[in-house]
Amino acid sequence: MARADGYTAFVGTPVGRRLASTLGLPRPVPLRRYEPGQPVTEGPVLVGGHGDTPALAALRGGLVAAGVDVVDEAGEDARLAGVVVDLTAAEDPADLESLRALLSPALRRLDRCARVVVVGRHPESASGVAQRAARRALEGVTRSVAKELRAGATANLVLVTEGAEAAALGTVGFLLSARSAYVDGQVVRVGGGSVPDAAVQAERPLAGTVAAVTGAARGIGAEIARTLARDGARVVCVDVPGAGAPLAAVANEVGGTALQTDVTDERAGARILEHATQRHGGLDLVVHNAGITRDKLLANTDAQRWASVLDVNLRSIVRMNETLLAPGALRAGGRVVLVSSIAGIAGNRGQSSYAASKAGVIGLVDGYAADAGLRRRRITVNAVAPGFVETEMTARIPLATREVGRRLNSLSQGGLPVDVAETVAFFAGDGQAAVTGNVVRVCGQSLLGA
Amino acid sequence: MTTTRRAAVLGGNRIPFARQFGPYAEASNQDMLTSALEGLVARYGLAGERLGEVVAGAVIKHSRDFNLTREAVLGSSLSPDTPAYDVQQACGTGLEASILLANKIALGQADSGIAGGVDSASDAPVVVAERLRRKLLRLSRARSTADRAKALAQIRPTDIGIQVPGASEPRTGMTMGQHMAITAERWGITREAQDELALASHHRLATAYEAGFFDDLMTPYLGLTQDQNLRPGTTLDKLASLRTVFGEGEGATMTAGNSTPLSDGAATVLLGSEEWAQAHGLKPLAFFVDGETAAVDHVSGDEGLLMAPAYAVPRMLARQGLTLQDFDLYEIHEAFASTVLSTLAAWESESFCRDRLGLDAPLGSIDRDRLNVTGSSLAAGHPFAATGGRIVATLAKLLAERGSGSRGLVSVCAAGGQGVVAILEAA
Repeated sequence: MARADGYTAFVGTPVGRRLASTLGLPRPVPLRRYEPGQPVTEGPVLVGGHGDTPALAALRGGLVAAGVDVVDEAGEDARLAGVVVDLTAAEDPADLESLRALLSPALRRLDRCARVVVVGRHPESASGVAQRAARRALEGVTRSVAKELRAGATANLVLVTEGAEAAALGTVGFLLSARSAYVDGQVVRVGGGSVPDAAVQAERPLAGTVAAVTGAARGIGAEIARTLARDGARVVCVDVPGAGAPLAAVANEVGGTALQTDVTDERAGARILEHATQRHGGLDLVVHNAGITRDKLLANTDAQRWASVLDVNLRSIVRMNETLLAPGALRAGGRVVLVSSIAGIAGNRGQSSYAASKAGVIGLVDGYAADAGLRRRRITVNAVAPGFVETEMTARIPLATREVGRRLNSLSQGGLPVDVAETVAFFAGDGQAAVTGNVVRVCGQSLLGA
Repeated sequence: MTTTRRAAVLGGNRIPFARQFGPYAEASNQDMLTSALEGLVARYGLAGERLGEVVAGAVIKHSRDFNLTREAVLGSSLSPDTPAYDVQQACGTGLEASILLANKIALGQADSGIAGGVDSASDAPVVVAERLRRKLLRLSRARSTADRAKALAQIRPTDIGIQVPGASEPRTGMTMGQHMAITAERWGITREAQDELALASHHRLATAYEAGFFDDLMTPYLGLTQDQNLRPGTTLDKLASLRTVFGEGEGATMTAGNSTPLSDGAATVLLGSEEWAQAHGLKPLAFFVDGETAAVDHVSGDEGLLMAPAYAVPRMLARQGLTLQDFDLYEIHEAFASTVLSTLAAWESESFCRDRLGLDAPLGSIDRDRLNVTGSSLAAGHPFAATGGRIVATLAKLLAERGSGSRGLVSVCAAGGQGVVAILEAA
């Protein structure tokens, strides 16, 4: 399914491998990607940390229950599919030695596309300066390990509040699995308030739910629709009337319904809600994916060009959510996933309007996540921020620029639309009630905006 | 099966209509019908669903398309267990298909189904002259080389020639436009009145597009997002400047502007019982109340070729105990502007209603503001068999917007001196 780009395929050949090695060129490998029925990991996962903590116990138990081969120490010869390091008990920077001691020998034994997941506590809830420093240090080490890893392996950090250890299991499971193929060097925050426990994501975790995806006719949106449907959701595929033909094809492929409406239309939110409610009995998940680019240097951007990007990518979301998130609209326990962009984090020359809109999306996540009303209704709001993703849009970038964009990340390759879609599906999962307010980049740890 | 139930119109989908040899020039009837079905399936979430039946047809059909609708179903996302059949009643095909399906649903023989139609004036079958056809068949029957050589030798250069089907009547040799010109003259329909009707059709269709009316009635196809024939900016002056194409001399009134162009396109309508609709989360837009078909003798010249609806409507009204004024909306297919105007004139005529229909009083006039309120074939185009589906879906949506109980009349004239009419009522 996941076809390697030309260069990745070339360096996979003996000649290509030798050449890349001699010239010191990047050596991307085809990433392991999720297929239904696949185990969380293909090999043993080393689980350890600093002290015997509730988190460690919860992780061990949960992973074993999910069928993961959990080991306490790296054997002499065995290849590891992953390492989970629990540093929730770190009190002082000196305690970080536990991380080094566990991880350092294990890194040499990592298999292709292996996973490193570090689990820690939120620095801002630390009781003292030393503890806060230790907690904050985890981000630095995780991001560096992510850059040190080769052959499709990733490293990510999960920050979990006290008492939410079991709730973090879904996140750890996602980061260990092939679903997170292109998520690298990221921090995911779990918890805050009382949170239900989460299991490692099962097959068809979205069965019985109704999802609406805007911009579903093509590219990332179409893949999100496919992935949510694969995970069991009934999908309302939304796109502008002009994209009706590919939209119908996607809707029929995923056994969902097509709704032709422009997200900037003031009735768009009402139409989506009415359609989902009337046809499918309600709405559980909204993915605001519709977006456009009108790239130009700010010096050359007129008001109309500027407004069109802000209208579609940002203002429409606010307007639709007034209806979709009103009491009685999106069901309790519902999920909202927004699509930001690496450009919204790092900025990009010639993309001021796009970057403004995508940074604004992050502001929306912060705002909604802090909304007490939504929290009471257990509605989570998160965003994915794609980096370089192989789509029709990026295929139009000139070759040299495209090659640079594709390689400037720790995995030395572009992501696929499905990688973004998997992260959306992760946020949507039934078990992720404690995951809110996150912006997770799906960028292979791009060097931009790091 | 003594009781009947109401058959509901649940929605529709069509592809934008294209002009002949336009963007759909290379698309076959099967391609277009399949696309229209796919859009409908997507809008109503019917992928993998087994429906009671799909009934559709085309007026201009290749012989290989003997099972056109069934093949379209097999190429769609519907369950392959959905049966299908073709009907053909010239321009009445789409409406007749809807009535057939509605009747089956009313009788409980089907719970759901799709009716529709498709036509391509571009991808038309090319037919060889009758003499050559016979000789070619003889050639194919020949067994020996000698027989084949003999059969081949029979073919003369003068036999070679192809016939592209046109809109001419087999028994009169006259085109539909020529027929209509006679009727228009008989009823004294002026050029100005025809141009005004054409103008209203374009402006109303354009307004409907602007309001997003077709967002849930249409799925773009081959890059076309709205009817290609639509001229939102047309004016009476522009229409008045066109030369006449049908009729002769001073009395000629019919132009390319007030006649429908040859077109390509497809339209479908989803019908179902109320129970089926509810089980699928669908709200009925309108119910089929009645349908009637009439035919007239256009061959002898006793009546105009396209005047049959003038006879069908009063028969249906009498059966329903309704008057012509009891409708909130009228959809009278604009084969030509003069067709609509001649039909209305006939209903207003005391002598016609007395002598032809046997009525005591004329049916009277209608409120023209209720006629073809989102435009009709003059603006949208008229792929023959697709027009009925376009009208039924459009009218059902309009009636639903107007509220429960509002009533609409559909009238479609057809070649062969036929006419198909129906009544819909908002759910």
